[in-house]
Amino acid sequence: MLHIKCPYCGIRSQKEFAYGGDATVKRPKLNSEVSDKEWDDFVYMRKSPRGKHTELWHHISGCRQWFKAQRDTVTHEIFKTAKINEEIK
Amino acid sequence: MQKYSVFSLIKNSLSGHRNWDVAWKDPTPKKEYEVIIIGGGGHGLATAYYLAKEHKITNVAIIEKGWIGGGNVGRNTTIIRSNFMYDANARFNEFGMNLWRNLSQELNFNVMFSPRGIINLAHSDAQMNAYARRGNSMRLNGIDAVLLNREEVKKIIPQADFSEDVRFPIFGGLMQPSAGTARHDGVAWGYARQADAMGVDIIQHCEVTGFDIQQGKITGVRTSKGNIKSKKVGICVAGSTNILAEKLNMSLPIETHVLQACVSEPIKPLLDGVVTFGAGHFYISQSDKGEMVMGGDLDGYNSYAQRGNLPTIQHVLTGGLAVFPFLSRLKMLRTWGGIMDMSMDGSPIIDKTHIEGLYLNCGWCYGGFKSTPVSGWTFAHTIAQDRVHELNSELSLNRFSTGHLLDEKGIGTKTWIG
Repeated sequence: MLHIKCPYCGIRSQKEFAYGGDATVKRPKLNSEVSDKEWDDFVYMRKSPRGKHTELWHHISGCRQWFKAQRDTVTHEIFKTAKINEEIK
Repeated sequence: MQKYSVFSLIKNSLSGHRNWDVAWKDPTPKKEYEVIIIGGGGHGLATAYYLAKEHKITNVAIIEKGWIGGGNVGRNTTIIRSNFMYDANARFNEFGMNLWRNLSQELNFNVMFSPRGIINLAHSDAQMNAYARRGNSMRLNGIDAVLLNREEVKKIIPQADFSEDVRFPIFGGLMQPSAGTARHDGVAWGYARQADAMGVDIIQHCEVTGFDIQQGKITGVRTSKGNIKSKKVGICVAGSTNILAEKLNMSLPIETHVLQACVSEPIKPLLDGVVTFGAGHFYISQSDKGEMVMGGDLDGYNSYAQRGNLPTIQHVLTGGLAVFPFLSRLKMLRTWGGIMDMSMDGSPIIDKTHIEGLYLNCGWCYGGFKSTPVSGWTFAHTIAQDRVHELNSELSLNRFSTGHLLDEKGIGTKTWIG
């Protein structure tokens, strides 16, 4: 069982959360010319690193806020979590 | 190579089984090979076998970081089926079914292919309609599909819960009678033994650490046992695909996730086919040893851990109990995990890459075992001829950018809910 620290509610059990995937993927800017390659990279291409991964989680059975977490994909250790508008380095 | 038969068994029993030949050798790598296959799992071993058998290319090395068959080919729930809706997937896997049917004889190794049938249960009228459509698509591709009503399902699996007042009553199901199971590690060993006999070098405990590329062409690989040259390299590493892609500076439409499976204590024969629950993600069959073999959802977040967490097991088995309440009285014997190369549309990729001489076989999600023979067969063709076969022409790497997706489940790019 993962214990995830919601930036709003504190540490809760994994069962309260839904996963949202890679948080480093950036949607191309709205109302700008987007090449097929840029769109392709945004929709489909993933690095899926072995080690530190910055990802989105949704506290769906709690405060319902989306936030970011940095987690190790081998040990599942969660290093830090941050609000959606905050950077994780 | 010593042929396995009842006579060789008797002969060797007389000398206390001390004089059997080794099933495959343990060679030191040569300086150069015609083809290098990275990954000694089922697909890599099958590729090497078909390169030697179908294309007479025997100067081949399989490079495996751990030991052959130590990854997903020995971790899956052994289900073999071709019940796909899309033409590309259906044709590909039905070709594979024909390879499965003769595999034990061909490899002189009992892979225990057992076409005991698979039933996908339906729990609503809408699901029955969807299964009718899928069944019709399968039949148009020459695959046996039978749409069963509730009573017909009850005749086949009376031990399932057919009460009226359950949350997900059984409305019927779609059956592929020719689907089944096989002995998964036997498949790896069978391919390894025959490939070795034809001259393929199986190099274990050798990790690929980098690639040598000159002017857009592959010239070799760097490994923990030194550099090995080759003008053709095939990557066949399932859950480790993204790790090698990073060394090549490639982005792929793949994420790596962990999938768990589990078996119960062995019991007397109770379930003779494969059954899947249609309102959740759960599948079950009974092994020849009597264990109930079960699996379901991914753990739900990117993982390279090769082990999972208990909440997922609990969630999957909750689905299992909804179909088969008797499971609650069984003890769990083992749970384990394997890492899956989840593609963005749920279908595999067998293709050339932008680097000349580098070939890619990945994206099997959690359905790679059933395709082991046909994956090896088509990948061997792609490598030997330097062009894709008709069977894997749609399993292309660029289908994501061109929009020709094979999204069998229609769930989009959320690989973790696959």
